[in-house]
Parts: sequence; structure tokens; C-alpha cells
Amino acid sequence: MRSWITGKEGKRFFIYLIWIFLSIYTLFPIYWLFLVSARTRIELFGHPTFFQTTFYIENFTRPLLNDIYGSYIFNSVIIATGNTILVIICAIFAAYALSRYRFKGANNIFFWTITNRMAPPAAFMFPLFLLYSRVLVVGDIRFFDTHIGMILVYCLFNLPFSIWLLKGIVDGIPISIDEAARIDGASTLGIIWRIIVPLSAPGIAVALILSWIFAWNEYLFAATLTSSNARTITTGLAEFVTIVGTNWGEMAAMALVSVIPPLLFLSFVQKYIVAGMTFGAVSE
Amino acid sequence: MMPALVILVFVGLIPFIYVLYVGYFDWSIFSKVRGMSWAGLNNYRRLVFDSAFNASLRRTILFTVLTVSIEMVLGILIANLLMIKIRGMSFFRAIHSLPLTVAPIALGAAWRLMTLPGMGPLPYYLQKMGLDFNIGRYAQQAFFTTVIMDVWHWTPFITLTFLAGLSSLPKSPFESAMVDGAKGWQIQFYITLPMLKPVILTMLFLRIMDALRIVDEVWMLTGGGPGTATRYIGIHIWRVVFPKTDYGYGSAMSVIILYFTIVLCWFLNIIVTQSRKGVAR
Repeated sequence: MRSWITGKEGKRFFIYLIWIFLSIYTLFPIYWLFLVSARTRIELFGHPTFFQTTFYIENFTRPLLNDIYGSYIFNSVIIATGNTILVIICAIFAAYALSRYRFKGANNIFFWTITNRMAPPAAFMFPLFLLYSRVLVVGDIRFFDTHIGMILVYCLFNLPFSIWLLKGIVDGIPISIDEAARIDGASTLGIIWRIIVPLSAPGIAVALILSWIFAWNEYLFAATLTSSNARTITTGLAEFVTIVGTNWGEMAAMALVSVIPPLLFLSFVQKYIVAGMTFGAVSE
Repeated sequence: MMPALVILVFVGLIPFIYVLYVGYFDWSIFSKVRGMSWAGLNNYRRLVFDSAFNASLRRTILFTVLTVSIEMVLGILIANLLMIKIRGMSFFRAIHSLPLTVAPIALGAAWRLMTLPGMGPLPYYLQKMGLDFNIGRYAQQAFFTTVIMDVWHWTPFITLTFLAGLSSLPKSPFESAMVDGAKGWQIQFYITLPMLKPVILTMLFLRIMDALRIVDEVWMLTGGGPGTATRYIGIHIWRVVFPKTDYGYGSAMSVIILYFTIVLCWFLNIIVTQSRKGVAR
């Protein structure tokens, strides 16, 4: 007779154990953020404990209401949302063109857009900083530290990503539907708006949400290309670490706040995130 | 196509050409001549003999090799363990995709709070085990902490991708192998892994490119220190060249890195495309 532990039930139990262990391991740093954000300065030091019964709300209220962090979050929302809208509109047209028309150099253009996504931001940061602050200047008007400047910069990695994702989906829509619509007298714009957009709506939603999350999370460009007007929440987080000392509780609180919107969106895209982040190479 | 191209030319191509151009000039606030002066290939010559730059390049490559290999092996192992379908799978998957959506800078903050001496749990318990853990002081500990952090960050992604890849495989080759009496590890090595080759290569491609450009988490965790122990190439450009306002030299550095990236990207892209064609046949 087989014992319980080597049987099917035992195996299943074992797998549950692994999942639970891995989940705790994955969640722990986020949980630690929460713990630190709930503690006062005095509670932070000494013997580390893993549970908390009191909640020190001032870690949240002071930076958000009395400091500049409220406006940082506002900037982040504007930049991420503006960038996402721009990216999706452009990506739909680009994906349609790359998928439906055979033109010379299409593969090269496609590869070039992908290298933009893959290139280290540190390499682009330098010329962009010079262009934004010194070269593309008309009088007092420049791109440095403006929302529109940041919205454009994030296209550098969000646009290739969205084009790649949407091209795969548009490729899957049979071209005969296009042709039928064209015989009925639809223009190219009409085809895109009435056929391509509704049929690829789930893909567009995934591209939309993931682009938004990437723009929200981005740090390096935001740190170099903004100074005060268009600072985002991620740069604000890094500003907590100063020479004179860091208010760890408030930093944890703001980190937690910056984590919440992506987590809310995650529940919508969780099924597609693997497909999205591998550029459609793997799908569930 | 047009609007996307216009934007990409503006934020991608123009900076690229501009950085090529500036790379041939001496241009810094502290240089003798005000503004730009022609320097030829001097910036590139300086770069070849710049020991700090070369060291950070080597460090970045070591970091990439370490993290990507650990992540791939761990990810594949865990995915194989978890192949059996259970109830609540989607819940656990959601938890595993969590590090992917959280801002790297917030993750860096979380790890910093965990490793802070006198406050975080890691130094406290390692101290009890007799290890003086202080990433602000010991270079090697800081380096390996960044490696562990990256492994923590990306292994779940590889596990999830592999689970997706494994579940999309057809059943018949496995059944016939079972009938022929193949052992578990034989099936693994001769059937599963070859069939998943495109997935593996795609993951390698993405992970290598991502690991090479790491900045955010490490910047938040160690700030590139102690000394230069975790100053990877992105941090090097950002923290060393920027404050010195040595624009010509920084541009040369950016050009070299972009060049490496494009060549590597092109090379890996060819391998990935080839492997997909092979499977389709």
C-alpha cells in the first residue's frame, strides 16, 4: 500500500507548500515596507518585529499634505496618462501599417524600434539632457522639466513595446475582413476605427495598462530631465535619502503609495502579463 | 506609421545622431575653451584607458552573467516543480507577478529598509548567526546583495513564463516517450528543454538586456557604493560624468554603450528568430 506522502495527495500538499513558501518570500519586502510605514521613528530601531498593531498615520499625511509629495503624485499621473494616450494612438496606426503594408525596410524599422526599447536609458539620458536643456531652447521655452517633455521621452520605450504587442494582434485579424470593408466603401481610417480597434480591444487594454505602469515606475529619465515642475513620485522617493539623515518611515509610506496604482491595475492584466512582457513570445 | 515614426525619430534618432556629433568635441564647463572645441577621437582614446569605466563595464558584465544564470536555473527548476495544476493557481500567479509591476525604485527602498543596520531584519539575524552584515561597509556583501535582489526580482517572471510555455506544449511526445520507457530526467533533457528552446532564448535575450542596464534598484539600495563596488555602467555615467559636466566625454561613453547594445541586440535577435524558425519546421 502506498503511503499518503508519496501518493497524489501528498504531492499536491508538497506543491502547495512550495507555492506558499515562494509567495511569502516574494511578498516579504513589500510587507516590510508596510511595517516600516506604520511605525514611528522610535519603534523602527532595535529588535525587528514582524507584526504591528498600531498605525502611525503621520508617515503618510505629512509628506502628502504638508510637503510636496502630493504634487509629485499628481505629476506622475499626468505624465503616465498623457504618455499612454499618445502611445496607444500612435501604436495602433504603426501596428496596422507594419502588419498590412509591405514596404521596403519594414523589418529594419521594426528592429530599430526594438533597439530603442532595449537600449539602456543611461545612454539616451545624456544626449536628451543636452537637447532638452541646452539645444532645443527658444527664449525661455524648453523641454527640460516640462510634462510634455517627459510624455515624449517615455515614448522611447513604451511605443516600441506597444507596437510590438499590437502588431502581433493585428497580424491575427484576417485580412479578408479588411478587404470586405473596403469593398463596402470604408476608408483606411474607417477600417482601423471600426474593425481593427474593436477586434484588438483586449490587446489594446493590455498595452495601455502596461505602458501606464512602465511610465509610472520610470526613474532615471525623470531624475535627469526634471527638476521641480514635473518631478515624479519615483524621483521623490530617491530624494528622501539625504546626507543629513533619512526619514525611513515616510520613505516607506511614499514607496507604498507609489506601489498601489500598479497593484490595482495588476488585477486586470495579470493573465496577460507574461505574454505582454515577453512581447507575445509566450502566451498562457 | 507616421506619427509613431515622428516621435521615435525625435526621442530616439535625433539624440543618437546628436550624441555621435558631441562625442567628437571637447565640451565641459571646466575646459579651457568656452563652448565646444573639436577633439577628434580624443574622447574615445581617453575612454579606452579609463580604468574606472573599464572596471564598471567588467562589473556590469559579471553582474549580468551571475544574475541571468542563477535566475534561469532557479526559474526552470521551480517551474518544473510547480507543473501540476492545483486550485488557487491564479492567486499564486498573481502574487508572483507582483514584483514585475512594482516600481524598481520602491523595491530598492524596500530592500534598503531590510538591510539597514540597526533596523532591518537581515543584519539583525545574520549578526545572531555570527556574520557582520553591513552593505554600507563591505564591498563584496553589497555586490552580492544586489545580485540577490535582482534574482528575487526576476526569478518569478521566469518561473511564470516557463509555466506558460510548459502548459502550451503538446502532450503526444511525452506520452510516446513514457511508452518507450524514458526516465524523468531523460524526458526533461531530450524533449522538454529542446521544445522550449525558443522560450528559453527569448527569456535570455530579455534578461540580458535588462540586467545590463540596471540602475534604479541598485541606486536606491547602495547608491553605487561602498566605494565603487556596485557602480554599474548606468550609475557610472549618471553619477560620475553628469556632475563633472564633461559633455563630450559622456557622449563618447554613451556612444560606446549604445554600440554594444545594438550589436548584442542584433546578435541575440538573430539567434531567437532562428530558433523559432527551427521549431516551426
